[in-house]
Amino acid sequence: MIGLITKRAGMAAVTLFGVAVVVFGLLRVAPGDPIAMMIGPGATADDILRLRASYGLDQPLINQFWIWLGSLLQGDFGTSISRRIDVGQLLLERLPATIELALMALLVSMVLGGFIAIIGTLWRRHWASGAIDGVNGVLLAIPEFVWALALVLALGVAFPVLPLSGRINPSLTTDFRTGFSLLESLLIFRFDLAADLARHMTMPVLALALPLAGIIARVLREALSEAMMQDYVTLARVKGMSELRLILFEAMRNAIGPTLALTGVQFTFLIGGTVIVEKIFSYPGLGNMAIDAVVNRDFPLIQGLVLMFGVIFILINLLVDFAVVAFNPRLRHG
Amino acid sequence: MVDVTITAASHQNWKPIVAAAFSDPKVAVGGGFILLLIILALGADLIAPHDPLAQDLMLGSLPPVGMAGTEPGYWLGTDDLGRDVLSRFIHGTRIALTVAFVAATIAATVGTVVGLLAGYFGGWIDVVVSRLIEIWMAFPAVLLSILIVAILGSGMHSVIIAIAIIDWTRFARVVRAETMAQRQADYVTASTVLGFSRLGILAGEILPNVLWVVLGLFTLELGLAVVIEAILSFVGLSVSSDTPTWGGMIAQGRGIIYQAWWVFALPLAGLLATVLAFNQLGAGLRRSLDPVMQR
Repeated sequence: MIGLITKRAGMAAVTLFGVAVVVFGLLRVAPGDPIAMMIGPGATADDILRLRASYGLDQPLINQFWIWLGSLLQGDFGTSISRRIDVGQLLLERLPATIELALMALLVSMVLGGFIAIIGTLWRRHWASGAIDGVNGVLLAIPEFVWALALVLALGVAFPVLPLSGRINPSLTTDFRTGFSLLESLLIFRFDLAADLARHMTMPVLALALPLAGIIARVLREALSEAMMQDYVTLARVKGMSELRLILFEAMRNAIGPTLALTGVQFTFLIGGTVIVEKIFSYPGLGNMAIDAVVNRDFPLIQGLVLMFGVIFILINLLVDFAVVAFNPRLRHG
Repeated sequence: MVDVTITAASHQNWKPIVAAAFSDPKVAVGGGFILLLIILALGADLIAPHDPLAQDLMLGSLPPVGMAGTEPGYWLGTDDLGRDVLSRFIHGTRIALTVAFVAATIAATVGTVVGLLAGYFGGWIDVVVSRLIEIWMAFPAVLLSILIVAILGSGMHSVIIAIAIIDWTRFARVVRAETMAQRQADYVTASTVLGFSRLGILAGEILPNVLWVVLGLFTLELGLAVVIEAILSFVGLSVSSDTPTWGGMIAQGRGIIYQAWWVFALPLAGLLATVLAFNQLGAGLRRSLDPVMQR
């Protein structure tokens, strides 16, 4: 088991290195001299040369890469060109908002997906199960971008019940100490703030959660249906257990493992989806900032953001791998 | 002579299978809608009732037919500049479908070739391909596509290249796994024993059996490519703002959503229907064409 974990962690490190190489490569082929962007128009040729040397840009490409990687490893992500703030600081400011959004969406998708799967299994011989499958097919076919726009039209304009943009009503006095506004407002019993935050989060959370809910429902439903045909379930049924209890307490035990493993991997796609969804709802997280950074050609900020997403994705995949190994006895001695 | 029987056994009777595919309701509905879009795209100049770029501020923000204050001939209303929404939508199908078909074809070709090589030869090729796929998966797809277009400069070529770059792994992953499974199959062992060249087996025996899977993925990819193009033009990075695109219309409509929601609603409905149509088409094709599911 230790061997397997070491191997996976090693592979994750290789992937992370590869991500760094790709980011470095992408930003080197990007048009525009980064020094020219940093320096004012009054700079002399000598100033530019000195600044180039101080960033190591006069060295061969391979040396530049090591210098760049070295400063990244020391936590130095450079300064944002458009915002004139340290990139590392900007990332840490925005990260909590995205984490709250992504985790809420994950929670909603698991509850909704689990509910659809359980109802579908319970009614598997009923005509309604066909309708449930149809709804589920639509849920997973439509990407988060399209869900987000449809929600804007439905709940923001046609039936204007939810705010269209932002994270909290600007008129509310907020002096949060952390970026985890929703969690914090609950912890300090400011339920008025929590309710407003939740209202602002509802549409982006739904847009992110609906496709994943469809995937979870499909996989869990298949796993549950298969488990329901196992002998141990039949035995419990003969003992007089109700169908719902059979699904929840017997079949679920075998079905939940593979579903959770898949959910973990799909969660990275959900986080990727926050980029465009945050933009649509002007939600002040990493993704919204990422699109602005690209449009403004703020390359230090872009590289920090892409690397941050890369680290998050690789860590989630690694955690899923560990969880699969830890919960599967057959792999434990591999 | 022997190889003919083996090959024939793996995809015999394709005619009834194709016939079955066309009578599948999912293929009929999904494919029918896509066919309609293709006709709109090809005949946009003839079908569109107005010039999609013609502005007339006297006719600004006209609502669609059935609401108060409409103007005859402007069936689905106009935007704030007085441009006909229906005509802009029809012309927008051109960009959407061109980008989708070209980008998906490139992604499918690259991904399939890479996946076949990695799955069949294994060894260092497989190690390199698997690593690459894993690195690709560590990037948020939307952010990467936006970044690539920003680097290449906006325009249809950049959008196509960006979609192909981010989505070849979808094909490579599945084809690699499928090829590994096929490699163990009896017909491949038989061909190897008969002394066929490895590339010959790959192209002549494995590829035709993997192609069904690729076709299903390709159909899904078409829908995804339409969405990514819409995202890129929504962000303002796709083709120039003169050319009408669904994403561009959505972004414009978002700004005037309280005055003229129809500018937003029509391209959104088109996007929704297109994604669902490609999805149904893909599901139907997979159900009726895949020889594995036939069994």
